[in-house]
Amino acid sequence: MEIDPFIFRLSIFILSIFIGYYVVWSVTPSLHTPLMSVTNAISSVIIVGAIIAGLSGESQSIFNNSSIFGFLAILLAAINIFGGFLVTQRMLAMYKKKKKNK
Amino acid sequence: MISANLSAVFYLISGVLFILALRGLSSPETSRQGNFFGILGMVIAITVTFLSIGNFSTGFIHVLIFLLIGGIIGTFIAYKIPMTAMPELVAGFHSLVGLAAVFVAISAFLNPEAFNLGSPGNIKLGSLIEMSIGAAVGAITFSGSIIAFLKLQGIMSGSPITFKGQHLLNALILISTVVVTYLLCLTQSSNLFWILLAISFLIGFLLIIPIGGADMPVVISMLNSYSGWAAAGIGFTLENTALIITGALVGSSGAILSYIMCKAMNRSFFSVILGGFGATDQSSTLKGKEQKPVKSGNAEDAAFLMKNASSVIIVPGYGMAVAQAQHALREMVDTLKKNDIKVSYAIHPVAGRMPGHMNVLLAEANVPYDEVFELEEINNDFANTDVAFVIGANDVTNPAAKTDPQSPIYGMPVLDVEKCKSVLFVKRSLSPGYAGVDNDLFYKENTLMLFSDAKKMTESITKNL
Repeated sequence: MEIDPFIFRLSIFILSIFIGYYVVWSVTPSLHTPLMSVTNAISSVIIVGAIIAGLSGESQSIFNNSSIFGFLAILLAAINIFGGFLVTQRMLAMYKKKKKNK
Repeated sequence: MISANLSAVFYLISGVLFILALRGLSSPETSRQGNFFGILGMVIAITVTFLSIGNFSTGFIHVLIFLLIGGIIGTFIAYKIPMTAMPELVAGFHSLVGLAAVFVAISAFLNPEAFNLGSPGNIKLGSLIEMSIGAAVGAITFSGSIIAFLKLQGIMSGSPITFKGQHLLNALILISTVVVTYLLCLTQSSNLFWILLAISFLIGFLLIIPIGGADMPVVISMLNSYSGWAAAGIGFTLENTALIITGALVGSSGAILSYIMCKAMNRSFFSVILGGFGATDQSSTLKGKEQKPVKSGNAEDAAFLMKNASSVIIVPGYGMAVAQAQHALREMVDTLKKNDIKVSYAIHPVAGRMPGHMNVLLAEANVPYDEVFELEEINNDFANTDVAFVIGANDVTNPAAKTDPQSPIYGMPVLDVEKCKSVLFVKRSLSPGYAGVDNDLFYKENTLMLFSDAKKMTESITKNL
């Protein structure tokens, strides 16, 4: 009997939850704010779906019903991706070690 | 155009890169590299999506334009935002993820052929369920984050909004989403899909309005978690591994942060969600205000005390963020250090409005991160310290949490500030903190209250040193 591909995706999902659990517990508390902004940025990988949705329309009318939602989603996700990664970068650049003799 | 199998492999790679991005945050040294992995993962995912569609006609240009506009807005925000506004920013970003998930779900519902999910009115049952979950959670994330954003920004009052029958109403609405989803799967009616979205927006709104300002760290973490589950729901619909992995990572990350925050306040997650905490309990505040003697001082007194100390612990809180006093504080500490006084910082997990809020502000003011300590690391040191300088914190230092079983914050882990030889308390007034409880520390023999704006006070102390 063949296994439904859904089961494979479910397996990936469940295992990723466990990976997330252990990885996030090892994040140092002082970096919890960057953790939130970076998780924000990576969850915008939803842009993948938005791009598919945007390009799904008939070639004549790219702004048909379903693709306009795709384009709006691309816009929102792009704000998040750039904003999220850059603000994380900006924060992380500020975490410095003590300089000697000071 | 690349094959479906090859693109699946690439999506897997970007998922792994995202795991590494989070892994990097285990220490500040590796964190910058981690962020780079995250960006790389995103670039791979987007490129592969373009290649797998292989449509480089006008549509492609449109996508690029929208990507560019979003990118410019995002970049602008990222560089303009002051560090004190991070909680608002993160709440705002969560709402965007939520709304994007809703839009993708709508698009998939209107045009399922594009996603290989069947035809309109005849969408595969499994996909329809996944889609509904993704859309509903996305909508809750969106409206919830908007409310959180408004509360943090101060546009909406931070005090909880409660009314009679609130919990019953929420429960009924929650049940109705399940019913609507069930009917939607039976009939595939687009009206039901819109109703489901509307109800979900309402839930997000109702869920967050009863939650008070002090519980914001939990709320933001919780919404972070929701945005992850929404992404995962869409990931199942689109059969995309990168999205499923990321959704699971973000979902569990937010859940862990909420757990840490709840634990730091000694409250159950459930009681936070039910809300209502932080409404000022009038009776207890008035009782506590029986004209107890308070010693108050000025900047000179504070400077004198600290100059004669050999060790000082700084306890920052939300008030420091509000007054933007982190730079002034660093300057004061530099002066202290020149006088060979040992200075360290003690940070309570729920200080500020989001997890790690204080750490970012201190890092912004160039405070080296190895001088900053968490509650468990430093709490025993207070007994051997001369001066505790509490700036903008209140509830997290309240000894009532240890001694008074009647107190609403009883059992919450607090910083043992009162064990110091003397305590300096920078505060604008004697008003109670967000938990609405009076702080006994104000009336202690060895406490000196410095009634002023945190920034002005710190600056004038520095002058007097």
